[in-house]
Amino acid sequence: MTVLNSKIPKGPLAEKWSEHKAKINVVSPANKRKLDVIVVGTGLAGASAAASLAELGYNVKAFCYQDSPRRAHSIAAQGGINASKNYQNDNDSVYRLFYDTIKGGDYRAREGNVYRLAEVSGSIIDQCVAQGVPFGREYGGLLANRSFGGVLVSRTFYARGQTGQQLLIGAYGALNRQISTGKVELFSRHEMLDIVKIDGKARGIVARDMVSGEVKKYGAHAVVIATGGYGNVFFLSTNAMGCNGGAAWQSYKRGAYMSNPCFVQIHPTCIPVHGDQQSKLTLMSESLRNDGRIWVPKKKEDAEKLQKGEIGPNDIAEEDRDFYLERRYPSYGNLVPRDVASRAAKERCDAGFGVNNTGLAVYLDFKYSIERLGKDVIEARYGNLFQMYEKITDVNPYGEPMQIYPAIHYTMGGTWVDYNLMTTIPGLYSIGEANFSDHGGNRLGASALMQGLADGYFVLPYTIGDYLANEIQTPKIDTNAPEFEEVAKDVKNRLDTLMAIKGTKPVDYFHKKLGKVMWDYVGMSRNAKGLQKAIELIAEIKTEFWADVRVPGEQNELNQELEKAGRVADFIDMADLMARDALARNESCGGHYREESVTEEGEAMRNDEIGCYASAWEFKGEKEEPHMHKEELKFETVELTQRSYK
Amino acid sequence: MIEKILNEITLKVWRQKNATAKGAFETYTVKNISTDTSFMEMLDILNYQLVEEGKDPIAFDHDCREGICGTCSLFINGRAHGPDNDITTCQLHMRKFKDGETITIEPWRGTAFPVTKDLIVDRNAFEKILYAGGFVSVNTGGVPDGNAIPIGYDESESAMDAAACIGCGACVATCKNSSAMLFVSAKVSHLARLPQGKVEAVKRAKSMVAKMDELGFGGCSNTGACEIECPKGISIASIAKLNREYLTAKFME
Ligand SMILES: Cc1cc2nc3c(=O)[nH]c(=O)nc-3n(C[C@H](O)[C@H](O)[C@H](O)COP(=O)(O)OP(=O)(O)OC[C@H]3O[C@@H](n4cnc5c(N)ncnc54)[C@H](O)[C@@H]3O)c2cc1C
Ligand code: SF4
Ligand code: FES
Repeated sequence: MTVLNSKIPKGPLAEKWSEHKAKINVVSPANKRKLDVIVVGTGLAGASAAASLAELGYNVKAFCYQDSPRRAHSIAAQGGINASKNYQNDNDSVYRLFYDTIKGGDYRAREGNVYRLAEVSGSIIDQCVAQGVPFGREYGGLLANRSFGGVLVSRTFYARGQTGQQLLIGAYGALNRQISTGKVELFSRHEMLDIVKIDGKARGIVARDMVSGEVKKYGAHAVVIATGGYGNVFFLSTNAMGCNGGAAWQSYKRGAYMSNPCFVQIHPTCIPVHGDQQSKLTLMSESLRNDGRIWVPKKKEDAEKLQKGEIGPNDIAEEDRDFYLERRYPSYGNLVPRDVASRAAKERCDAGFGVNNTGLAVYLDFKYSIERLGKDVIEARYGNLFQMYEKITDVNPYGEPMQIYPAIHYTMGGTWVDYNLMTTIPGLYSIGEANFSDHGGNRLGASALMQGLADGYFVLPYTIGDYLANEIQTPKIDTNAPEFEEVAKDVKNRLDTLMAIKGTKPVDYFHKKLGKVMWDYVGMSRNAKGLQKAIELIAEIKTEFWADVRVPGEQNELNQELEKAGRVADFIDMADLMARDALARNESCGGHYREESVTEEGEAMRNDEIGCYASAWEFKGEKEEPHMHKEELKFETVELTQRSYK
Repeated sequence: MIEKILNEITLKVWRQKNATAKGAFETYTVKNISTDTSFMEMLDILNYQLVEEGKDPIAFDHDCREGICGTCSLFINGRAHGPDNDITTCQLHMRKFKDGETITIEPWRGTAFPVTKDLIVDRNAFEKILYAGGFVSVNTGGVPDGNAIPIGYDESESAMDAAACIGCGACVATCKNSSAMLFVSAKVSHLARLPQGKVEAVKRAKSMVAKMDELGFGGCSNTGACEIECPKGISIASIAKLNREYLTAKFME
């Protein structure tokens, strides 16, 4: 019944990728010049792909909703990027990076994909250095590393607390170079609103020019979605305001299956929510857990005094501090994976030990490392993060511990892709955070940048050739074809409908309401009853939205409320699918914590009997229930064990 | 600092329907704003109010809201990114304002940055300058090992200092000549300080400066205003570095 073919090559794990590369089709340089590729998104995944494809000779059209590719949300990544270079001589290897990623993902990712990711990781660092990325260095001039959660080696490369920015500037430079040669045509401030299929194959997109409001059609021999994650379903997250799931959702509605939508990462170290006027949450990089110690008071009365503001953190004696991660997980301590650290913080706060006025915060304290290393060293490592913290909270973290709390951060789920990164629509690819491929139930820190760049620089440029080799006879795609007209009409109709509702409530009203439902029932802790309730509440929000949203202004002008309305409409639909996926997965794994599936100590309990699959949801129509296909996950190399970070 | 409530703030905001329309200031009030609210959240509150009243909300550029994407670009009370140092507009908080204050909000000004709508400007000119050479000319693949060429700690750190530019355009908006010199020099010195970028340094400086002149940015008269308003602390020492590369370029002609 299931139509899914993951196309994982046969043979030993370590040889799969080289075998596969050796066998797939290649397009000749003369033919590449005749082929067009659309890349939607210019973050690390999209920019690296667009640049690499153009270097190979394809004609690329690149799209982003910001005014410049450099502003894609990859820019905000702080802590670093992993690679198994073993520069530290600490016994790191491709296998170890592969194993850590599979284990960190709680055995819900494909072995073949993850091994390939680890295999190409080293080349990413080489590439970035060649582009002029100013990675942190040791005095001897060699590259420096730091440690991230969930691993026992030091393999994270970084550029201060601005790693994503520097990597993106590198990829953006490569992209600019191709724009300057005319091989890439850039459409900034253009939002993709649908994809176009002809004879079942992806042949283009329909996008709205966000300045003029014009709905335009673009054709190509293949389309690549690199539009990032959908964490903003929750309204409050560490994502940028414009991050959205729109392109992925439109692809889903046209036949691309959506995989594991319930796998969302909640990051343990974010600045806590301050009030109901808040628009987004700010991450404090995981790298801080290298040098910061997490604690709450041991005594309830101390916590209560902190909550009332009667005492400060420095009033609490050393022996009255509960370093709960070090206590519960002695071998990994403060560097347990994100899902574990987040739940532990929630557990302490739910038990009444939270340290701020809302009771939803714990301390991240640098006092100990400042004593050990000196303030200068800490400043050199994290200066920009400390400044960011102080600007937001007005508290100086050199003198007082930071307050942190978990927040929505990353989406492991996304468009289902095969080993070639192709979706279930032929000719439609999905890369970076937009796809589901490599992180299973939980992503390890510093692995998203690695995956985005692996996909864009070293995987897609090869695998897309396999498909395009059969397209060399296909002439330029005619955007006047009826299929394009049809989709453009659908897009305009939807925009017209949104404008015509002329209800009473701004878009944000619905978005906040949706976010609250998602955080309460589809957030850090989930159960069947809550998920069913969420599905009902989401349906109510949907009805209310389409009856009462107010979109001011005109369609044929720059209209930020209209942009938001379209995105929130998609978030509402997506939320429903996330809740369904969470309900169907009756086990705890990674970031997905089902209260029905826990150990006696309250740790998440995976259930490999029922959970060894990647879900792949098929859209069946607006009024129909979606259908879940299952891709069974086969583990040929690693042995499945309950994760333990004790 | 303890959270306080600002009872009332008056805002004088530049409104302009599109690039060709004539703009004007309009006055609004917002009430009960927490000092912990960010400036952009305050504008969200105003916009929510405007939509509820059936009016057109104010268009302004923003995305990451954490000081790194360079999208936000407001000129507040006569200062690019507002009354605080080393920050972007999105990092500005209402604790920097007094109850009852009138705040003037304008878009970036400068011929090279025309207004698109209200407070949003078109910064494409920056992109064009970078097309002229703001990169290292390497293709994907076939590059040496990351540790093949050691780079001194100090060199790498100073390259990073310059690479921190977020392309926001505050330097241009602040400069009385609308010069893009700080932006251009940041890119030139980021790359010139690294062995990988050094190879093309002279050519790069020359073509980026030529492009900048062509696009209608003014010349640099070393007032240093840009350095003060730059949210990322890009130093005018970068301009000196650019001048050195540029002089070399002239010298080699
Ligand atoms: C605050 C923060 C810190 C992080 N730190 C780290 C870290 O230290 N290490 C790590 O490995 N990972 C980190 N991550 C995760 C990582 O940054 C992201 O997962 C990754 O950068 C995503 O890259 P991407 O290219 O897939 O998408 P993005 O960078 O989000 O790019 C999406 C692109 O798609 C475009 N787009 C979206 N929708 C449309 C549309 N409809 N039409 C046209 N264009 C569209 C956007 O304009 C943009 O260009 C962090 C994430 C956050 C939020
Ligand atoms: S130099 Fe500073 S002010 Fe100018 S664009 Fe860069 S970050 Fe902005
Ligand atoms: S919104 Fe990104 S820097 Fe201000």
